[in-house]
Amino acid sequence: MARSGLPPKRLGALVDGGVLRLSGRLLIDTIEQLDQDFGQDASRFDVSQLQQMDTAGAWFLVDRQIQMAKQGTVLEIIGATSAQAQLIETVARNMPPPDQPETKPFTIADRFEAFGQKVTRGWRMAVELISFLGQVVATLAGILRHPSRLRLTSVVHHCQEIGVSAVPIVALMAFLIGVVLAFQGSAQLRQFGAEVFVVDLIAISILRELGILLTAIIVAGRSGSAFTAAIGSMKMREEIDAMRTLGLDPVTILVVPRVLALMLMLPALGFIADISGLIGGALMSWIELGVSPAVFQTRLVSNTDVWHFSVGMIKAPFFALIIGIIGCYEGLKVGGNAESLGRLTSASVVLSIFMVIVMDALFSIFFAIVGV
Amino acid sequence: MKDNPTIRVRGLVTRFGTHTVHEGLDLDVRQGEIIGVVGGSGTGKSVLLRAIVGLLEPNAGQIEVFGQSVRDTSDAEHRALRRRWGVMFQDGALFSSLTVRQNVEAPMREQLDLEDTLRETLAGIKVRMVGLPENAMAKYPSELSGGMRKRAGFARAIAMDPEIVFLDEPTAGLDPIGAAAFDTLIKQLQAALGLTVFLVTHDLDSLHAICDRIAVLADRKVLAVGTMEEMLAIDHPWVHEYFHGPRARAALSSAGKGIV
Ligand SMILES: Nc1ncnc2c1ncn2[C@@H]1O[C@H](COP(=O)(O)OP(=O)(O)OP(=O)(O)O)[C@@H](O)[C@H]1O
Ligand SMILES: [Mg+2]
Repeated sequence: MARSGLPPKRLGALVDGGVLRLSGRLLIDTIEQLDQDFGQDASRFDVSQLQQMDTAGAWFLVDRQIQMAKQGTVLEIIGATSAQAQLIETVARNMPPPDQPETKPFTIADRFEAFGQKVTRGWRMAVELISFLGQVVATLAGILRHPSRLRLTSVVHHCQEIGVSAVPIVALMAFLIGVVLAFQGSAQLRQFGAEVFVVDLIAISILRELGILLTAIIVAGRSGSAFTAAIGSMKMREEIDAMRTLGLDPVTILVVPRVLALMLMLPALGFIADISGLIGGALMSWIELGVSPAVFQTRLVSNTDVWHFSVGMIKAPFFALIIGIIGCYEGLKVGGNAESLGRLTSASVVLSIFMVIVMDALFSIFFAIVGV
Repeated sequence: MKDNPTIRVRGLVTRFGTHTVHEGLDLDVRQGEIIGVVGGSGTGKSVLLRAIVGLLEPNAGQIEVFGQSVRDTSDAEHRALRRRWGVMFQDGALFSSLTVRQNVEAPMREQLDLEDTLRETLAGIKVRMVGLPENAMAKYPSELSGGMRKRAGFARAIAMDPEIVFLDEPTAGLDPIGAAAFDTLIKQLQAALGLTVFLVTHDLDSLHAICDRIAVLADRKVLAVGTMEEMLAIDHPWVHEYFHGPRARAALSSAGKGIV
């Protein structure tokens, strides 16, 4: 049975006194050439002229047999070679069960149920996230008592990945924000002849809010997603399970070094962002308004409360904790398939940015109450 | 019709960096036979398979399938070639985000324009054929046992009724009954569909039960090709150890042949 070099794939069929004679090739790409009701009244199928038949072809014959049986007639297949007969027999044994359960229509009640499930899922996730936070904090406390358990190499490695490698992008971003603030601010303030207040505008907005907030957002996109992807793919390949059976605690080994490195590095990155934002602002003020760097500096030092800077820095470790916890938690939630990895990675970024902004708002209220 | 071998490999050389896996490897696989490829771990069986199906560019040598070179073909020709073979990878390589049935449907969806219900029915037949239970259809690969994943991989490999199937250790990790059933299944489909089977295996029982010929990979090439009886007569330390070791003897005696 040489198959190469055969004529184009065709299926022939003709009815001849109650016998449907098939010829040519009864294959997966030819069975649809035959009309569903062609040869309805034939009680025998002659396949001796077939050059070729595959599983789909065999299915076609068996399916016809079943249809006919439903109408109370028996369809006989004649002229099959032993290999073909065997194939037909194999397919007949593996036909779908006769009564497939009907798919139920989607009702209003289903919609409510789906909504309710979504709500409980969200609630359960919040609880899980908080208990995961507790677990990480407890592990951290344990490490404080037994510092030898800390994976120092791993912490340093993650500091490099999260912190040092992110310096260029963070510095550039903050520099440009400083430039934009100075430019937009001067355009507005010039109308009142209050150009020199641009220094206060830049200093307060960058030191207090933007420097650390935008750094946290960049880090969430860069490192939070990397945490989820790395831990998630380990979870997918059962590496996490292997760790557990070896008596290694994934929280100690994977989560704590990442969270710790993030909490060390985010303030540092925020500081760099502050400096580089101020430089950008000073540069633009000089070009746009002629405020010389020396004037900028004196005004900055004399007019800006050091608390603005402190407020920014106080927020940094909290943002770091949020990003680290969410990134690792989503990674540990990855299931067995690649799709869940992708879904949870993007969920981790969205959720951590959202939570960082919520946290920032809470801090604003808090600092307003204590009055700094 | 044994004029032209279905798969013809000549002077194959593959290297990874400085590590030479194959050095001047020759192999012929005939139309309609089941050839068992054996060799120690790391002798390059999987690499040979990957080279034949064009997943890996060898450093030198010719590979022809159906008389057509695999290495320098146009995209269209290669696509046509790919339709004529099915591959089952060593670790299943199922698409993790698709259910078992969707995995089997995937090649049909890609290469044919079938009605949805027809495609589903045909995929369902393939899934049942490889002995998976009805409730496995809608499961994701991560929800299957190792043996079930193998079966699902096999179902996907035969989804298009290919002329050649490449199987990389299909029975490894199956229970003995399941492995024997798998052997029977391969043999049955081979007879019914006229398949040529390229079977990488360590399973001596499979070698006895279903392989027409055996190719031994050692020393970076195909050391010997022949029937079981011919293998038993070969005087190479590894081959001797392999076919005369305690496991081989057990397999031989259970296959009802004489112990040499
Ligand atoms: N992508 C790769 N990069 C580098 N080396 C590789 C690669 N793939 C395979 N190798 C090497 O090629 C050799 C042959 O590997 P191969 O997977 O073919 O072994 P095998 O014969 O299938 O073994 P097993 O029976 O264990 O499956 C091994 O030494 C392996 O380390
Ligand atoms: Mg292998």
